[in-house]
Amino acid sequence: MERRSGWTAFWMILPTILIISVVAFFPLFKTFYDSFYSFGLRPGIVRKFVGLQNYFRLFQDTRFLMALKNTVFFTVVSVALETVLGVLIALVVHQKFALRGAVRAAMLVPWAIPTAISSQMWRWMFHDQYGIMSRLWEKLGIVEPGTPILGTPGLAMWAIIFVDVWKTTPFMALLILAGLQVIPEDIYEAARIDGANTIQRFFRITLPLITPTIGVALIFRTLDALRVFDVVYIMTRGAVNTETLAVYNRHVLMDRAFTGAWFGYGSAISVFIFVLISIFAIIYIKSLRLKLD
Amino acid sequence: MSLSIMQKILLYIAVALILVWCVFPLYWAFISSIKPDQDLFEKNPSLFPKRVTFENYVKVFKERPFHINIKNSIIVAGITTLLALVVGSLAGYAIARLKFKGKVIVMSLILAVSMFPQVSILGSLFLILRSLKLINTYTGLIIPYTAMNLPLTVWVLQSFFRELPKEVEESAFIDGASKLRTLWSIVLPMSAPGLVATGLLTFIAAWNEFLFALTFMQKPSLYTVPVAVALFKGASQYEIPWGQLMAAAVIVTLPLVILVLVFQNRIIAGLSAGAVKG
Repeated sequence: MERRSGWTAFWMILPTILIISVVAFFPLFKTFYDSFYSFGLRPGIVRKFVGLQNYFRLFQDTRFLMALKNTVFFTVVSVALETVLGVLIALVVHQKFALRGAVRAAMLVPWAIPTAISSQMWRWMFHDQYGIMSRLWEKLGIVEPGTPILGTPGLAMWAIIFVDVWKTTPFMALLILAGLQVIPEDIYEAARIDGANTIQRFFRITLPLITPTIGVALIFRTLDALRVFDVVYIMTRGAVNTETLAVYNRHVLMDRAFTGAWFGYGSAISVFIFVLISIFAIIYIKSLRLKLD
Repeated sequence: MSLSIMQKILLYIAVALILVWCVFPLYWAFISSIKPDQDLFEKNPSLFPKRVTFENYVKVFKERPFHINIKNSIIVAGITTLLALVVGSLAGYAIARLKFKGKVIVMSLILAVSMFPQVSILGSLFLILRSLKLINTYTGLIIPYTAMNLPLTVWVLQSFFRELPKEVEESAFIDGASKLRTLWSIVLPMSAPGLVATGLLTFIAAWNEFLFALTFMQKPSLYTVPVAVALFKGASQYEIPWGQLMAAAVIVTLPLVILVLVFQNRIIAGLSAGAVKG
């Protein structure tokens, strides 16, 4: 009986393992392997073993270092904003008000729109001459009238962060809301009887109890932000100091590698991104304390 | 405890702000798509359209192959969803109900894939697909999409399967039904809500994917919707037909938004059960 169950399980799991092995683990292994070679995708380029040279090159490549800096900046700022705003929004929609269900549903809208499409919507709103968001930023005094926001170093990254915060915060709020909903009401009653005010109740009860949820959402968002591609690629193509690691990596692998010996180097960037994200993935899995059995 | 009038007013202002924040870009895309060009290109755009035209909606299909892009996306996302559900429910059931050695390892492997940065396998996957002659084919996109979605599918489905009452399955097994038979005729029908939620999440993820679609489909006639919209070009290189672009955005967004609004509870339930991939 046990034995038969084992074989049934084996056959049931086999297709999944096969597909993810072929599409994920094997290519990952190949990327790792290729990162020790110098070669390109144009015929006639001789493949050479270069050891760790591609990795040493990374730290002399100013464009790579800039992309690393941009990625870290994007990740830290957008995740921080999304977390704080996410908690605030969750607290608001946790209250009772008319049409609460409809509002919660509307919060899924930014998440559901494909990033490629919402990025174009926002590109139109940030248009330097006709964009309504550009007008608003001018009226609020954030930028001088006539400034092309998506064409100005410094500003463009903030616009991209803005779009990412727009897309992700409501969703994060819904996840945090799920955490809020399981806090039993009697704890608040007891605190109220003891004379705790709203702010005390938030910092003494709510925040500690939703910290695990926030933690998971935070690490999870970090994983996502570190590999940001769509919004940057569409809004600026990585121009004006907005290039992130994923955008640069794709450029090296898919544009440069067809003209010169860049594929091995591109693979080294890929491995770097993989290692960077793995660190956060491990923290994520550990903090989830997943029930694996 | 009831709120004071002041608190109530603040609450409703906050709610209104959240609502505007979430929905405004979609509203703006829609308004922009029905404005005639003269009104669209105004220095101070008006919040409501003065004149309405549906020209952009006609042009988006007449002047470019947008209906073909939609067809591509439906085929790719649809087959991905079916494949992921079939393959994922097998694995999900084994994990939820069967005892076997190495379960923790299998789960860890599946979970690890959900965190893969797609770009770190992009180059290798491109070479593999190219040597298999799968670049510019539906298959070349469906297989990677299925793999990237399987972790979520397996994870969410196994959590749904776990919650089903065990007794029905046990009695079916005693009656001589095989595990596969039990899964097919008892477990799957009972977990229909879970299948719908998982299927929707997979479909949306595959419909929205950009990086692989941009890289593995290199002919405009094979572009999926996100790629077609991202690479939208006008007659000249410098001029983007924004009205048409916004019409295209509305066309592909509305069905998704309706789907999400109708199934919101299931989607949130599925995502909090999975919380693996956003």
